[in-house]
Amino acid sequence: MVYENPDGIRIGLEIHVQLNKLKTKMFCGCSSDYHNAAPNTHTCPICLGLPGTLPVLNKKAVEAAIKVGLALEGEIAEETQFHRKNYFYPDLPKGFQVTQYDFPIVGKGKVVIEGEDGEHVVGITRAHMEEDPGKLVHIGSIEKSKGVLIDYNRSGMPLIETVTEPDMRSPKEARRFLDKFRNILEYLDVFDGNLEGAMRVDANVSVHWGTRVEVKNISSHKGVERALLYEIMRQKNVIRRGGKITLETRHFDEGRGVTISMRTKEEAEDYRYFREPDLMPMRVTDWIPAIRETLPELPDAKRARFIEQYGITDMHAKALTSKIMLADFHESICAQGVDPKIAATWTADVLLGELNYRDLVIGADVQGYAIICYNQKNPDIVRHIRVNDMVELVTFFAEGKISDRAAVEVIRSILDSKEEKTPLQIIEERGLLKAESDLVTMAVEETIAENEAAVQDYLGGAEKSLNFLVGQVMKKTKGTADAKTARELILKELKG
Amino acid sequence: MITKEDVEHIGWLARIEISEQETVEYMEKLNSVLEYFGQLDELPTEDVVPTYHVAEIYNVFREDIVEECLPQETVLANTEYKQDGTFRVPKIG
Repeated sequence: MVYENPDGIRIGLEIHVQLNKLKTKMFCGCSSDYHNAAPNTHTCPICLGLPGTLPVLNKKAVEAAIKVGLALEGEIAEETQFHRKNYFYPDLPKGFQVTQYDFPIVGKGKVVIEGEDGEHVVGITRAHMEEDPGKLVHIGSIEKSKGVLIDYNRSGMPLIETVTEPDMRSPKEARRFLDKFRNILEYLDVFDGNLEGAMRVDANVSVHWGTRVEVKNISSHKGVERALLYEIMRQKNVIRRGGKITLETRHFDEGRGVTISMRTKEEAEDYRYFREPDLMPMRVTDWIPAIRETLPELPDAKRARFIEQYGITDMHAKALTSKIMLADFHESICAQGVDPKIAATWTADVLLGELNYRDLVIGADVQGYAIICYNQKNPDIVRHIRVNDMVELVTFFAEGKISDRAAVEVIRSILDSKEEKTPLQIIEERGLLKAESDLVTMAVEETIAENEAAVQDYLGGAEKSLNFLVGQVMKKTKGTADAKTARELILKELKG
Repeated sequence: MITKEDVEHIGWLARIEISEQETVEYMEKLNSVLEYFGQLDELPTEDVVPTYHVAEIYNVFREDIVEECLPQETVLANTEYKQDGTFRVPKIG
């Protein structure tokens, strides 16, 4: 099946990602850990753009950019250099933003996503480094703003802006691209997508192969699908009424789910880019081999290995590798010798489903020990899900000691309660253990199903066969069943 | 050739108010600078790699080590327009 793209939709994305795993900002030693800090407490003369200061580039930011470039299968430039992009806006204290222009660090690359009709290649045009501006808070809405409050804590944070080709053919593909992109960056350990403002997206979208409109200010990867659906509908309506789409920039209002035309500037944008004289050019291609060595197994490779190594389905492998912390969690569980297929089901289907239902997202992990989830709407709700607990739960289930309904109840109980109880404690408290007689009944049913010859012999009059069947039940229950009960149950089954 | 409109545009981009008289003056001065650069066009430079930096220095980096920041009071010391630790400025656009 080939996707026809009936509306001639083309979507290209510009994604700004904060390299928030770095300890310091791009050009100064200010701490990047400002997310819960009071305004203007993480600044210095360099990121405040005071005169006479000299920026010096964070080496780790360049390494991170190369990592991202390699993961996107992009070309790393022989020589790369910063420019000044000049414009006046209060989020930029200097009157210009330090960015890259015609010598970006990463050139053409690609990302393969699951498209409308199977694997779909989205071209990467380029990726470059730049500094984040400060944060503006409008008093009132952006349209009827009465004034603006500025916090420069974010000013000078290292960003990577990635520009794609207009290769996505639906809002769904755009979202899938972003999911994949975010996942890759988290694998690379350069980015924590859970932090506020970590990823910001602008989208170019056109219908009927026509004029593109830029939609700015999409702050979440979930927002992109809504913003694009709205914008495509709007453009189609304009065309249906005989109107024309004009090249313009629109602002996405996340709360209302609509795009708003920004007042068109009387003068065309003119950034007067010029080379940043305070920063020396870079020749860093000799770093590539060493950085390539440090690249982790990326999502696609991990997914293929999971299928191969654990014998799990593609669906499960995809879900488990959709977040590096979840993939590590699964591997830690399997390392303790539980059945990987059963473990995959309980993690990928049940646990993930229950997390989603509660708006819980995986925010951190202690590798080999636990994942830490928090509620997206109320970050004070935090839940630890321990590897050992999943192992215990899966083992109980696999040994038939608890029903699947009981196992789900245990997971729900862990997620709903602040008290950190082990599955065993919950099972005991709630009496979820299958009754002894249930276990024997199960063993009896199995024995009868597995020993048809003996059953036929008995029904044909061979009394001895009954003893054999009882023996099998005793074996299955590891001798815990009462022989007399077992005998009665077998007779009941055979007669019933 | 730089026109009066070009000078006005450049002034707007730099947020500098330029009077009618200054516009003419700057137009003439800028044109004379451009003319001077025009002389360079007479030289054969096809095979010359453009010089962007006069210093032959590459790869100047710092390590990712946290240094002390300025206290909030110091950051806001030079403005009278502040609110809850932020700079307050007029609405934009």
